[in-house]
Amino acid sequence: MSGFWNALAGMLDTATIASIVAGSSGLLFATMGETISEKAGVINLSIDGSMMLAALAGFVVAFQTDTVWLGFPAAAAVGIVAAWIIAFGNIRLGLNQVAVGFVLFALCTELSRFLGSSYVGRPPVGVPAWDIPVLSSIPFLGPVLFSHNIVVYLSLLTVIATYIYMYWTRPGLELQGIGERPDAAHSRGVAVNRMRYWYTALGGALIGIGGAAFTLDVKLGWSDRPIRNFGWIVLAIVIFGGWHPLRAAIGVLLFGALQAFALNLQPEFPSFSQVLPSIPFPAMILALVIVNWKALLKWLDRYPWLRAILRSDPPGAIGTRFEVS
Amino acid sequence: MTRSRLFDLLLPGLVVVVSAVALLLLAGTNPWDPIRLIVEGSIGWPPFGAGSSAKVGDTVMVWVPIALASAGLIVTFAAGMWNIGIEGQIIMGAIAAAFVAREVTAPRPLLILLTIVAGAVGGLLWGLLVGLLRTVGGVNEIFGGLGLDFVAISLTTYLIIDPWARTGVASTSGTDVFADAAILPSLAGSRLSPLAVVIALLAIAGVWLLFRGTLYGLKLKAVGANRPSAFLLGIPTNRFLLGAFMICGALAGIAGTSQATGFHFKLIPSISGNYGFLAILVVLLARFRAFWVIPISFFFAMIAVGSSQLDLRLDVNSTLGGVLQGVLVLSAMFGLGWAGLRVQRRMAEEEAST
Repeated sequence: MSGFWNALAGMLDTATIASIVAGSSGLLFATMGETISEKAGVINLSIDGSMMLAALAGFVVAFQTDTVWLGFPAAAAVGIVAAWIIAFGNIRLGLNQVAVGFVLFALCTELSRFLGSSYVGRPPVGVPAWDIPVLSSIPFLGPVLFSHNIVVYLSLLTVIATYIYMYWTRPGLELQGIGERPDAAHSRGVAVNRMRYWYTALGGALIGIGGAAFTLDVKLGWSDRPIRNFGWIVLAIVIFGGWHPLRAAIGVLLFGALQAFALNLQPEFPSFSQVLPSIPFPAMILALVIVNWKALLKWLDRYPWLRAILRSDPPGAIGTRFEVS
Repeated sequence: MTRSRLFDLLLPGLVVVVSAVALLLLAGTNPWDPIRLIVEGSIGWPPFGAGSSAKVGDTVMVWVPIALASAGLIVTFAAGMWNIGIEGQIIMGAIAAAFVAREVTAPRPLLILLTIVAGAVGGLLWGLLVGLLRTVGGVNEIFGGLGLDFVAISLTTYLIIDPWARTGVASTSGTDVFADAAILPSLAGSRLSPLAVVIALLAIAGVWLLFRGTLYGLKLKAVGANRPSAFLLGIPTNRFLLGAFMICGALAGIAGTSQATGFHFKLIPSISGNYGFLAILVVLLARFRAFWVIPISFFFAMIAVGSSQLDLRLDVNSTLGGVLQGVLVLSAMFGLGWAGLRVQRRMAEEEAST
């Protein structure tokens, strides 16, 4: 058992924590994107495929132009197109969001493999490191938060911005409204479907940027399905995070810690360390079970802080279509 | 067939052909060669002519799990459920079958029967779990199923690395090959197992019958169409949902058995071959009609087996087939959506003019 505790103790190292933060940027962007989209009522189930296709687009554009920054808008564009197809299919044509999203997942995954095959193993173009002056010399916080690169800083800022926008502004309230009670939002004069288009596209853009953060920073370069299953992980984390940006961000960091822990365990517990990174999925199911567990909820009502941590209520109208009647 | 109905069928076909040609020109080959290669590599060219019996056998044995999973999915879709957990149900079927194949010694016919039953039970229980999470736990079946897919994948990885590791070598490629007695009986020189084919056809016929001639099927459809109304009419909706998941799980589990004891002959990490997800595409394209599952899943199986040739012979990436499948289903879906929109508009116009 000592190997287990040593692996756990190894997590408390400043460099390890800094590497967890550095490795989380892609998932943070994508998680915020999916949260925004689902908050508005549209499930972007294509994420595992569209994030991959966006990651490829980002890599290819950065590689061809030799300019890393051009990769991000390209990736965002791919994410927007995928998200828009889902929104259009659902809002305009009345198709099931899940159906369109699932088919797009399959299509985008295969498309990324098809179009990306000639880019496997090409030399990567990476985002340059940039320590924030002054702040990066703070002990502990400096290396953990302020000694990375612009993509990592922006991913953290995106989390804060999403949170503030969603919970502290008027449009953010409307965003919650169109996913929670679209008919009520409509009667208060919010253009539900137009807003859904915008927020789904914004979510798609963030998902795309998340993909590019992988190929241009976290997992430099392109290989066959380099970020396979990360999209599904994002879906799980969004739910585990109860559709709350800050909780979801904590979920992403916990997942990063889990991966680092699994890596530490690898030498002594090879099979266990292989299984560990899929913990977000049972955690997601557990979070969803708790929402509907009446006896437990009653007990939790006595401890509001615990309830706030454990509860995960889906937006009321998630996955449904809104029609003006 | 009315003109617009024909249009609905032709449009997706046209979109696929155009996008296929565009992709192939992009990849720098003429569009005809890959099609010929896919057919040649799966059933032979001319069809069923020069194909080796091994290739045909592989294609059929890829068809079996896709067809079984698709038949099961028709049942869950009819109940209004998105059974994304189908991958996990295939995997648990394969694990259960592998367990029997490894641990049980019995005369061959009995052992084979046991692997099939074990696969069905394994898949059934995993499907039931999705259903229970949905009905008792209130967990949306999409998220519950997705989560259980990954739990099943992890379990497979764990089994292969640790308790069922190959003797002597540490390997993530799979377990030891099963004893001969547990392998599905096949025709000489190929993997083609007539037993598996018969089971798959029976499953499709059974699902067709379920919705054509039984009260159970009718009630299941009522549950899928409008759950509150069905409940008010006295149908125990939750029991029917669980039933649908169990039927689907059992069929998916048999698909897993076929994968384990009829195709790979051992347990490998990617034992499901993603055929569960592929089956979702099949059923969407077949518009939930059992009979259409047979040709569509065969077409998908041909693409899966035949496109492996593309890399070697044409230097076109073998994922082309997968791309075209996606384009096909997506355009069929949007074609259907457009058609629905047109009908709505026409009805609105008629209403306005009266």
